[in-house]
Amino acid sequence: MVFFRKKKDMPNGLWVRCDGCKGVVYKKTVEERMFVCPDCNHHFRIFSKDRLNFLLDENSFEEFWENMVPCDPLHFKDRITYPERVAAEQKKTGLKEAAIVGQGKIEGKPVMVGITDPSFIMGSMGAVVGEKIARIAEKATELRLPLIIISGSGGGARMQEGVFSLMQMAKTSAAIGRFQDAGGLYISVLTDPSLGGVMASFASLADVTIAEPRALIGFAGPRVIQETIRRSLPKGFQTAEFLLEHGFLDRIVHRQDMRKEISKLLDYLQNKK
Amino acid sequence: MVEKSVAELENLVLEVEHQIKDVEGACQKDGVDRSVELKVLRERYEALHEKLRSRLTPYDIVKLARHPLRPLTADYISMIIEDFVELHGDRHFGDDKAIICGLGSIGQERFLFIGQQKGKSTKERIACNFGMPNPEGYRKALQKMMLAEKFGLPIVTLIDTPGANPDIGAEERGQACAIAENIYKMCRLKTPIVNIVIGEGGSGGALGIGIGDKFAILEFAYYSVISPEGCAAILWKNGENASEAASALQLTARDLLRFGVADEILPEPLGAAHKNPRAMADSIKAYIVRCLKELKGIPIEDLLESRYNRYKRTGKYLELG
Ligand SMILES: [Zn+2]
Repeated sequence: MVFFRKKKDMPNGLWVRCDGCKGVVYKKTVEERMFVCPDCNHHFRIFSKDRLNFLLDENSFEEFWENMVPCDPLHFKDRITYPERVAAEQKKTGLKEAAIVGQGKIEGKPVMVGITDPSFIMGSMGAVVGEKIARIAEKATELRLPLIIISGSGGGARMQEGVFSLMQMAKTSAAIGRFQDAGGLYISVLTDPSLGGVMASFASLADVTIAEPRALIGFAGPRVIQETIRRSLPKGFQTAEFLLEHGFLDRIVHRQDMRKEISKLLDYLQNKK
Repeated sequence: MVEKSVAELENLVLEVEHQIKDVEGACQKDGVDRSVELKVLRERYEALHEKLRSRLTPYDIVKLARHPLRPLTADYISMIIEDFVELHGDRHFGDDKAIICGLGSIGQERFLFIGQQKGKSTKERIACNFGMPNPEGYRKALQKMMLAEKFGLPIVTLIDTPGANPDIGAEERGQACAIAENIYKMCRLKTPIVNIVIGEGGSGGALGIGIGDKFAILEFAYYSVISPEGCAAILWKNGENASEAASALQLTARDLLRFGVADEILPEPLGAAHKNPRAMADSIKAYIVRCLKELKGIPIEDLLESRYNRYKRTGKYLELG
């Protein structure tokens, strides 16, 4: 599955419009290229399960704590209640929450993996995401395995869980801290979009940080910045390329090379403790 | 009986306040004993305040936390800290005036002090960027915290920010990275840390100096994952619903105490901190001394373990089947 736009002028869903070059491209070609536009290399947003398939060895993934679901500690209600929102998002995405964590292999090498999915309430971090990320870091510490976390979050913190979601930034950062103390290798992979509380916590605390081309990455969202400074933002602002230029990324890696590149990093950076 | 509105109550409070002043003035003039009359007036004054306090909505509290006369970090420094030695600069980029750092003492207790500063005059506010720190502010704080750790000084932080600065320069210099780094390092810093929210506790911008072993919040301060206005704009698609959003977010001192996020509420003087800054400062001072004395006695490994668990246990979730 992929976030292809529904367009009346694209019968049978054979064609999709590319957000990068605005061109119309053959859907099957895009899919074969891991949802990357053959014309402009635009990386389409994809679901976390597809990402895991692309990254990990076939059938190597074992999910942990898959039945963890959010509570409603604030009895939060905006236009709809939080439980209603969660139920709608679960139905829409087929996910129970925004994060999936577990163990898998990359070219035969065992790794701990976490991923957040921007299609589930903007990939925002509530108690479930925070707890899963913290637990996978703790498990990686215990089993002395490398940790790879793929972030995708347009929302940062989960507003509907109020201050509890803010505390997840502390929880995940503290767990990464212990993992780092034990000498583990942590690779953070930033995908479009990675913003807010996720970026201001675990996603920014890796030994090696890589991003997909053109991914939107930052602390404040571009809309908030634009409203604050009341002028238009420079071209390419907050893209992966912008972050690389300013020294906050180690590498930008094409989706089709991701598995190979991470495998290479795993070979180079082995824990000798 | 019809309940009086907040505005009516406020007018009554002012009225009684004037009556008290008049009676006091009269006493000074003619020396007549009016203590009974004064006692009655003062009781009435306190009762009205209590009533007013119970009628405040969460959004009223947010507005009190942002009150233009509310005492700021710099005011508390001058009222609380003896022998303050300010330390500037992040050693990389600049000196962010939205975060003040320095060494200070209260009696026998010596510590590193860090506080977010909003500024009072227009000129000050602009210099402090309205209390919205840049990455260099967080990095300055971290550099001083490492110094404190090295020399065995505990750390006290005062939180008062609408949020970290959302602008182009801040993004270019890695706002997210700077905040993440502070949270990560503060979780492991081998020295006691006390956090006190004195006004606005704005999201990640607050958390960037808000990790510690003790957490207190002033009675009319707030601490939230997002501003009520921001939340309303996203979830209600309308900034006008800020009051509703403030209620939904449960961001008041009482909520935080109930959630176990805050350990203590520091009660504010009648009419909030700006009515009697000195009394507020004394209460903050007493809290700092009490915490530092208590934390000093705890072995550092135990302290770090309980700091870790403080955050590990927050947040509710269900595990099905
Ligand atoms: Zn394209």
